[in-house]
Amino acid sequence: MRVPLSWLREYVDLPATETGRDVQAKLVSAGLEVETVEQTGAGLKGPLVVGQVLTIEELEGFKKPIRFCTVNVGTANGTGEPQEIVCGARNFAVGDKVVVVLPGAVLPGDFAIAARKTYGRTSHGMICSGDELGMGDDGTHGIIVLPMEYEPGTDAIALLELLDEVLDIAVTPDRGYALSMRGIAREVATAYGLPLRDPALLDVPAPNSYGYPVKISDPQGCDRLTVRTVTGLDPEARSPIWMQRRLQKAGMRPISLAVDITNYVMLELGQPLHAYDRSRVRGAIGVRRAEQGEKLTTLDGTKRVLDAADLVITDDRGPVGLAGVMGGADTEVADTEIDPETGAAKGTTELVIEAAHFEPLTIARASRRHKISSEASKRFERGVDPEAGPAAAQRTVDLLVLLAGGSADAGVTEAIAPSAPRSISMRADHPDRVAGVPYGRETVVRRLQQVGCDVYGTDELVVTVPSWRPDLAFPNDLAEEVIRLEGYENLPSTLPTPPSGRGLTERQRLHRRVGRSLAGAGYVEAPNYPFVGDASFDQLQLAADDARRNTVKLVNPLADTEPALRTTLLPGLLGALRRNDGRGSHDLALFETGLVFRPTGEETKAVRLPVDRRPTDEEIAGLNASLPAQPRHAAVVLAGAREQSGWWGKGRPATWADAVEAARGLAREAGAELIVAAAVNEPWHPGRCAALSVVVDGTEQVIGYAGELHPRVVKAMHLPERTCAAELDLDVLEKAGQGVLQAPRISTFPVATQDVALVVDADVTNIRVEKLLREGAGELLEDIRLFDVFTGEQLGEGKKSLAFALRFRAADRTLTVEEASAARDAAVALAAEHTGAVLRGA
Amino acid sequence: MSAPNKSYDPVEVEALKPEEIERMRDEALAAFESAADLDALTHAKTAHTGPTSPLSLANREIGALPPQAKAEAGKRVGMARGAVNKALSSRLTVLEAERDERVLVEEAVDVTLPYDRVPAGARHPLTTFMERVADVFVAMGYEVAEGPEVEAEWFNFDALNFVPDHPARQMQDTFFVQGADGAKTDESGVVLRTHTSPVQARALLERREPPVYVVCPGRVYRTDELDATHTPVFHQIELLAVDEGLTMADLKGTLDHMVQALFGEGMKTRLRPNYFPFTEPSAEMDMVCYVCRGESVGNPDRPCRTCGSEGWIELGGCGMVNPKVLTACGVDPEKYSGFAFGFGIERMLMFRHHVEDMRDMVEGDVRFTRPFGMEI
Repeated sequence: MRVPLSWLREYVDLPATETGRDVQAKLVSAGLEVETVEQTGAGLKGPLVVGQVLTIEELEGFKKPIRFCTVNVGTANGTGEPQEIVCGARNFAVGDKVVVVLPGAVLPGDFAIAARKTYGRTSHGMICSGDELGMGDDGTHGIIVLPMEYEPGTDAIALLELLDEVLDIAVTPDRGYALSMRGIAREVATAYGLPLRDPALLDVPAPNSYGYPVKISDPQGCDRLTVRTVTGLDPEARSPIWMQRRLQKAGMRPISLAVDITNYVMLELGQPLHAYDRSRVRGAIGVRRAEQGEKLTTLDGTKRVLDAADLVITDDRGPVGLAGVMGGADTEVADTEIDPETGAAKGTTELVIEAAHFEPLTIARASRRHKISSEASKRFERGVDPEAGPAAAQRTVDLLVLLAGGSADAGVTEAIAPSAPRSISMRADHPDRVAGVPYGRETVVRRLQQVGCDVYGTDELVVTVPSWRPDLAFPNDLAEEVIRLEGYENLPSTLPTPPSGRGLTERQRLHRRVGRSLAGAGYVEAPNYPFVGDASFDQLQLAADDARRNTVKLVNPLADTEPALRTTLLPGLLGALRRNDGRGSHDLALFETGLVFRPTGEETKAVRLPVDRRPTDEEIAGLNASLPAQPRHAAVVLAGAREQSGWWGKGRPATWADAVEAARGLAREAGAELIVAAAVNEPWHPGRCAALSVVVDGTEQVIGYAGELHPRVVKAMHLPERTCAAELDLDVLEKAGQGVLQAPRISTFPVATQDVALVVDADVTNIRVEKLLREGAGELLEDIRLFDVFTGEQLGEGKKSLAFALRFRAADRTLTVEEASAARDAAVALAAEHTGAVLRGA
Repeated sequence: MSAPNKSYDPVEVEALKPEEIERMRDEALAAFESAADLDALTHAKTAHTGPTSPLSLANREIGALPPQAKAEAGKRVGMARGAVNKALSSRLTVLEAERDERVLVEEAVDVTLPYDRVPAGARHPLTTFMERVADVFVAMGYEVAEGPEVEAEWFNFDALNFVPDHPARQMQDTFFVQGADGAKTDESGVVLRTHTSPVQARALLERREPPVYVVCPGRVYRTDELDATHTPVFHQIELLAVDEGLTMADLKGTLDHMVQALFGEGMKTRLRPNYFPFTEPSAEMDMVCYVCRGESVGNPDRPCRTCGSEGWIELGGCGMVNPKVLTACGVDPEKYSGFAFGFGIERMLMFRHHVEDMRDMVEGDVRFTRPFGMEI
């Protein structure tokens, strides 16, 4: 809502020294969000005067038509002689009254005016357009042609109200009343403690039976309807400058007198109005729900197919307007046309004025359904004062009579569905208890009265709320009114004492640990958007039936190419890797943890539970069953060097082993045992992919994969060569945690070390051999570590040597060489038995 | 092995003459003194203290002396050997020190060399900042609550008093999730949560009976295109306190405590009336600009880029939990009251760390993230 300060002063006698900024501060404190205070005509300096065009000489020979004019500016130029001015506009004729800026003046934008030579003549000033004066363009780009009644030489700065301040207020959805000058003026009056001249306090004639006929078939959708008629309007009458200027400053474009008046009254009182050309309306004005599929062409020229829930205004032929949203084209007020032969004006001479009150939700839905957000719908869906209709209609009639020479019909139609004022019961100390401030009953009552409430009672108050505040319905609403008028800034600052908390949960601690350990290992966190599309999965080379292609889809994605939610973190994280690589960072280790979204295939329909009670556990469970599975995953991606080259020697490229080790690190943080096994899974290299598993409740399950990416994936995604990745399900990993760690027992007896190198077939895995050695070595084995893998001619084709360091130690004695050797031999024997391992050099 | 004892027949032993012993001693001392390095000293040590050194040989002769002469000779030789050993030891100390000094100088390195063998990793500032904010409240006794990102509309809107088709519902540009039937309508009842507030409802329902003091950090979604100041995926942190007798003054105090914990002593907040469906009364919360502390206001000589010389920085929305929300979550609004607030993490990071472009926080560029390290 744009509020010109000059207009506001019509309703509240603000001190003359108060600036827009001052009013802004008061309104902000009262809870209205004044976003900006605009200075109209900032920098403007006269002389700027009314002039009358005396002569026009068309100058020839230039690229565009140019006029040399003489203009009577009265005595404003000091001489009284005609002012000579060169002008490029053509929308004026000899005798027209125009706005002239004289040398010595400054126009907005620091545009100083001086006599200057142009097109071979000297121009002593300028004939002005609205744009040049900071009035906003009226759409014609032409110069301003004024009504004839102003004398040449009259100061146009005052005439056009060019200097003003406009407050731009963002109105929250609950405060429909603030979409009117009347509502804002009430807040200003309260904030300054000044009386309000309520523009809705008008003498309104009583309704009678000979007004324009109406027929309301849906009193729930339309509980109030006032209809008035005005006849004998002068089609040539134009909106006066003051009205045009107020509309412009409020952000609306002047159109025609009838439309301007309805807009003006809407801005003033907050009541949207509609004016019909009476000659175009057939029969009674009706209000009903539309028939499904019924058609209506709205004012904007769009042909609309109506929904059965839409409320429409009708005449005998059918819908003539979408109630509260937009009028129909058929009954539009006609543009005035001048007959070129007779010079007679032809246009609307009789108007039917409609001021209605519609149910907010009906209008909100229609506005959404038809994607029209009009000045009317914005107000109706926030709640219009249902009592304002008669006054608004009267004000419209008055203005039409005054400005268009019409006469009001005696007939006054009013249809009113029965209703009673709304009252709220509230304990007098309720605002005190909400705020934590002892305001006292007297203050509470006074503040509520300032809002417009009637208040009765002592300890238990009965508060009747004003018709323009449909948002006031509960005691807390009233408490807010009291607290905001007393000033939020005056609230004290106290601290409650919560019961002692338990700190973070195990799960939350794990999530933090995961991030810290990966960052400690050199990974940089890169959270990504979760939006994916088929292309993402194609690039990952996922098979057509891959479960990861089964996604949760959005109705309104930002990009049609990414209409779904991720089922894996890799598309986003690899995208971040590529982005970094493209920007010149080539040695990369990134990680992300976050939710992925997997349809369960058993999603129930999400029902709209009631809100007037706690839903049952079954209802909550049912609602949760409508959601997809949303496990938390962790993923890493690597490319380039894992260890840099430097003065210390050569670096080391990131490999599949780093990816697997990252997964092992996460398992360590979770206190879980990670089982690593060879696997084939997209998007990984089939020979360099590890399945990652854990045991949960006795069942082994795969929680992710790690390794080097498939070369085809690398190529398809334009990734650096040999990019590696790991991804696993943190939720399952967490479940595999062993709980509270049992402390190891440390023996202080000396260690006995034995190294063995075993030659096995190349396809025998390290993990298998190591497991057998452990098992065979028995309990004296403290630790085993693979320290070398060797292949070579001397081993023979298809063989490899695995070298292990075994450390033996007993809890209660120093081991003899014989004991250690015996344990080693047992270890080797078991490995040999199951894998055909041969002790190297034996 | 002693010589036969010949009483009163003293044997004159040349080597044990006092002047001889003195000579041996002096020769040894001179040899040690002239030893230039540890090798030379080792030689001199063998020559003058070894088993075949003159003093050692002289020592052996003592046994051949008559008893009355033994003591004196023994004393004389012993003193000489003592002096020699002492000289040896002190020379050894000197020479070893000289050697050590030389070797350590040779081993000197350039300690300014870099060692970025494995470049440091880092956590994203959005993550660490959310943790930091949460920790302020965890320290006060609050617990951290979480909820799903794909959320039922009932939790995201209805339970929070967003009436269907109410304009407030359109203030948040919502991503709607397709229903199982695949129909492209916004009627599946499932959305990407537009705020962390549904966790309020979940926390109340899960905990069943107040007191409930929770803080809910998380990721939220709105249909904004990414630009310098907007992102469709962003983060919020939400706080909810429901207990007997909680007031708006408690809300104010909690906010003041938070900004002091995060931005330092003397910080404070300001509340301005606003509207949110799930709180009543509702307020917009600002904090004093932590850079200029309000001193840039009306002071063109000292403009503040953090607050745009407004003196205040907008944080987010807050208010007293609407009794309708309590009712929908099974909490008796006659008995309990509560307050809640929520604000955007991105925004706070932007002004706390002078991040100028939202895109820097969403693109995952390591050059942006790395300096933030492990904690913020």
